Amino acid sequence: MNALEIEHLVKRFGAVTAVNDISLTVESGEIFGFLGPNGAGKTTTIRLITGVLTPDAGTARIQGIDIHDHPIEAKMQMGVIPESSTVYGDLSAEQNLHLSGKMYGMPRSQRDQRVEELLSRMGLSERRRSPVRTFSKGMKQRVSIACAIFHRPRVLFLDEPTSGLDVQSRRLVIDTIHKMNEEGSTIFLTTHNIEEANTLCRTVCIINKGMVVAQDSPERLKKMFETTQSVEVSFSRAVPKTLFAGEGILRVEPCGDKWRVYTDDPDRVVKYLVSRAERESLGITSLTMSGPSLEEAFVHLTECP
Amino acid sequence: MTGLPVFLRGIAVICEKNMRLYYTKPPVLMFGVLFPLFMFLAFFVGRNLDLLTFFPGFLAMMLFFTSSSVGPLITPWEKREKTYERLLSYPVTQDSIIFGDIVAGAIFGVGISLLVWLASILFLPVVVINPGLFGLAFVLGTLAFSALGVLLASPASNSPPNVMIFSNLIRFPLIFMSGIFIPLSQMQGPGLILAYCSPLTYLVDLFNAAVSGTSVFAPLVDGGVLLAVTIVFILVARLIQVRNLTKGL
Repeated sequence: MNALEIEHLVKRFGAVTAVNDISLTVESGEIFGFLGPNGAGKTTTIRLITGVLTPDAGTARIQGIDIHDHPIEAKMQMGVIPESSTVYGDLSAEQNLHLSGKMYGMPRSQRDQRVEELLSRMGLSERRRSPVRTFSKGMKQRVSIACAIFHRPRVLFLDEPTSGLDVQSRRLVIDTIHKMNEEGSTIFLTTHNIEEANTLCRTVCIINKGMVVAQDSPERLKKMFETTQSVEVSFSRAVPKTLFAGEGILRVEPCGDKWRVYTDDPDRVVKYLVSRAERESLGITSLTMSGPSLEEAFVHLTECP
Repeated sequence: MTGLPVFLRGIAVICEKNMRLYYTKPPVLMFGVLFPLFMFLAFFVGRNLDLLTFFPGFLAMMLFFTSSSVGPLITPWEKREKTYERLLSYPVTQDSIIFGDIVAGAIFGVGISLLVWLASILFLPVVVINPGLFGLAFVLGTLAFSALGVLLASPASNSPPNVMIFSNLIRFPLIFMSGIFIPLSQMQGPGLILAYCSPLTYLVDLFNAAVSGTSVFAPLVDGGVLLAVTIVFILVARLIQVRNLTKGL
């Protein structure tokens, strides 16, 4: 059974069509990336799938259960981490977790056990009784995630979960995503961080203006834009842009203390750069060849006409 | 597990959450406890009035303010704090959320008003001639005005101060036209017509019936009106809240 099936989902706000006939399928056990520029309709789509909004047309099924026909049963299958930290600031971490458990009808003994487990896993045991409003953004996000996974959901929706977090909190969030996935949960991840989607997700769906513009594995999406390969090079001393006037070089951009050379024939460009460095008595400090990036695919797919 | 058990569980959990979070919020204490107390001091103390005559009206005013002070705060506060979206993602229905808010407001109203009543009987020789009716007035009154509080929270706003101002715009006129400061039997003309339009009038009348045995309407009429307005408030609140569900998220 697929974890998530969306068919022809449509949502309009007045004259604006925020979600325009989106259909997609997420297999059980996968980490699915849902990407799009600001205002593309990602959050609206998540709200439609999680039952916060009612669609104008189309259906969304979680673990085979239609969210709008059987919202309670469908919501029992899922956990949601909305974009901004959404925990009660006046309650402690422990109280927030107990509240989540109660919402899912878990008995006290099970809740106590799960609270201990999650506080420990999220590194919150020492601050368990402090009001959440006194926590840092990263700690609040950890409480939010702990609340969402409290009932061990089959499908976990994360809307920009690492946005604005420090490195430690970000790593903890990523580790939690991996752990939940290893335990059998399907992950539906919305992110602006293309690199995060590239390393985490088996399938990526890119939406723009409320429509799906591509859905595939990150590697296959990159290959769609194979022509834009690049060579990054840095020399022992500064060089002018005119140095890169060789055959096969399409475009050159400064990139920190390096130059990024775009080409459709990287081998030829590398040979040219090495020979040119010898001629100019330049030392090559670093030289790396990069294939097409998911970011380039994303930009290409979502750029305005 | 679905159906009624889930619905009731949702009400209980949301009510408990509301009690824990909102009973001690400054706007609730200000408009729910201090304000009716100050109104009492301003209108009754030092004016040589028969406090026993006005006691049912004062109790109704207290119950009205306390019961309707929690509801307007909850939804705007949760929308502002971004907790409302998570609440909607839990396996609870919109009806559970609305009833959870109503029950929390009603418990607050009953609790504070009972305290006021207990404190009052220490100083005033109040005799309740019909305790059953007195209890019924408490229950119907708190439910009706707690539902009014939730209805007042229905506009699409994530600003608690705006909603509190709006709710006071509705609540203040009601206390002046409901037979609290001028007994209903002494009203006439447009004042009396306005009084008939206020649900608070019927609670004052019901308390009068319970305390002194004298009322303008039969207790059945008072109770029926309070029950009817409770249902209307709930239905309208439900309608508006569903329409404004995600506004202000």
